[in-house]
Amino acid sequence: MTPLLEVDDLHVSFATPRGAVRAVQGVSLSLEQGTTLGIVGESGSGKTVLSRAIMGLLPRHSATQTGSVRYQGNEILNAPNDELRQLWGTHIAMVFQDPMTSLNPVLRIGRQITETLRIHLDLTKSEAKETALSLLMQVGIPSPVERFNAYPGQLSGGMRQRVMIAIALACAPNLLMADEPTTGLDVTVQAQILDLLSTLQHERQMAMILVTHDLGVVATRADEIIVMYAGNVVERAPTNVLFTQMSMPYTEALLGSMPRISYPSHTRLLSIDGRPPDLLSPPAGCPFAPRCPYAQGKCHREKPTLVEGAVPGHSYACWFPLPIREKAATS
Amino acid sequence: MTGPAAPAAPLLTVDDLHVSFTKGHATVQAVAGVSFTLSEGETLGLVGESGCGKSTTGRAIICVDKPTSGKILFGDTELTTLNRSELRTLRTQVQMIFQDPVSSLNPRRRVSDIVAEPLNIWKIGTKSERRDTANAMLDSVGIDPLVSGSRRPQEFSGGQCQRISIARALVLHPRLLVCDEIVSALDVSVQAQILNLLEDLKAAHNLTLLFIAHDLAVVKNVSDRVAVMYLGRLCEIAPSDILYSAPAHHYTEALLSSAVEPDPEATRTPVILGGEPPSPINPPSGCRFRTRCPRAEPRCAEEVPELRTIAPDHQVACHFPIGSS
Repeated sequence: MTPLLEVDDLHVSFATPRGAVRAVQGVSLSLEQGTTLGIVGESGSGKTVLSRAIMGLLPRHSATQTGSVRYQGNEILNAPNDELRQLWGTHIAMVFQDPMTSLNPVLRIGRQITETLRIHLDLTKSEAKETALSLLMQVGIPSPVERFNAYPGQLSGGMRQRVMIAIALACAPNLLMADEPTTGLDVTVQAQILDLLSTLQHERQMAMILVTHDLGVVATRADEIIVMYAGNVVERAPTNVLFTQMSMPYTEALLGSMPRISYPSHTRLLSIDGRPPDLLSPPAGCPFAPRCPYAQGKCHREKPTLVEGAVPGHSYACWFPLPIREKAATS
Repeated sequence: MTGPAAPAAPLLTVDDLHVSFTKGHATVQAVAGVSFTLSEGETLGLVGESGCGKSTTGRAIICVDKPTSGKILFGDTELTTLNRSELRTLRTQVQMIFQDPVSSLNPRRRVSDIVAEPLNIWKIGTKSERRDTANAMLDSVGIDPLVSGSRRPQEFSGGQCQRISIARALVLHPRLLVCDEIVSALDVSVQAQILNLLEDLKAAHNLTLLFIAHDLAVVKNVSDRVAVMYLGRLCEIAPSDILYSAPAHHYTEALLSSAVEPDPEATRTPVILGGEPPSPINPPSGCRFRTRCPRAEPRCAEEVPELRTIAPDHQVACHFPIGSS
């Protein structure tokens, strides 16, 4: 059976006055119906560019995209816009990071939800309104009838993100891309939104790609996680495997640098010196080598490719992977 | 590391602090009766969601936002009644670091000048001594003054700009440092660098910190004690390890259960809070958390719960705290 989404050796570069910025350098992934993939990385790692390239949202004139993105077996990378428009909303939908700016401030939210419904599903005005109200109800908006006529500015950040989710889900897509859906929201609201996404995903058997900088967000919600660094996938594994048997020193460093509530206060954090490489002229070897505590000569000369680990589904790009540790040692 | 500080005379005493802002006919009670003390050498974390008044509390302490009522004692000095020149002198001892490192540095000035400016203003030492002090300070926050001293802020990353802000704040050797969300704009790996740096500098300079942030894990990492705020009032103050393991206020419990941990085995106790905080223009009567509290009773609407001590160093503002049946 063909996977729902297959990305093969995707490269994205942007032309800038200083040269080509290679934002995504050969990413491959696949996603089955009903599963959740977490894409984790720091700012500048290419996670957002990757998600937008999959959606086909990057500007054609400045972004060069090569490789392949197949949705249900059909190639959609560099597809013409009118073809993509058939996919957007009905097959693939996206929730963006900033609910403040992704809604049109001068249109009532009801209109913004029904617009999608009327265009894609060809519903009448009253049918669309009925569907929109039930969507607002499903995403947990209190008194949907009143909110239907509200402007985005009259809603809080959490409410606006719920509206964004309602719009994204309006045409029952098979794949939901959520790019930092909770960044900028308060912790209690973040928990509400993440739970809402999980519930709706299970109800609808949707596939989801959850892009985030926070390993905590995906730890209990993704089936599989991809760790990106400087435009490359450096490790990919089923969630439990990633957290207990990570092979890539960057993943270890990322996890070790996060303060946790379960640690006693004043726990010394593992810090990674330096910062990610300049994507205008990425280093010849492993992109993480300049910051890696275990780097050796080979790491600076040759770029490692993703290799399969001992556990099925686990792969990493590292010449000298971390020894597989006992679970007891990590906890 | 220092445990909860011995009961010496506190460096900072905040007593029944109120800060209100008027907008048209509406009055926003950003801070409505906050009291706490901070001992020398201690780090107090102030945590809460956006709009809870944590930043306003911090800004009132350095006298940027004027308190409507209440007292702020720094040592024996009452800060709310100081005049302009007294305030200027005070700010050599109380400093603040802000959230956005890039916009809090003047983009047109060299980094070494930015850090030396407080010394120049107070004419401390000769010109070359000031330069040496500023360079040493930059060095101690991990910026090489010889390589980077003559560069301007936009040539640095966010994490480096935050280091420069820290150097500028510490160059006069203040006794109290107010940190307002200083790592929330940074990537996790850079955040770890800054948090570790702050711990080192705190030990080296015997600093007292008020650490304001929304991230519970970050706050726990640096704080000796943690205070939780909700809608302008304190809910609970306790030593960090106690607050996180045995919260007494229902809001603290809900916050903790909403936090995400980078651990797939983490057991989440779903105390999901419904809704969002009400408007501080028209806060609920009695306990401000009662509209979202799972255990609210009629008494909560009638009587404002005062902060009371339930265990040594552990205070809570709740009529029905967790653990008391």
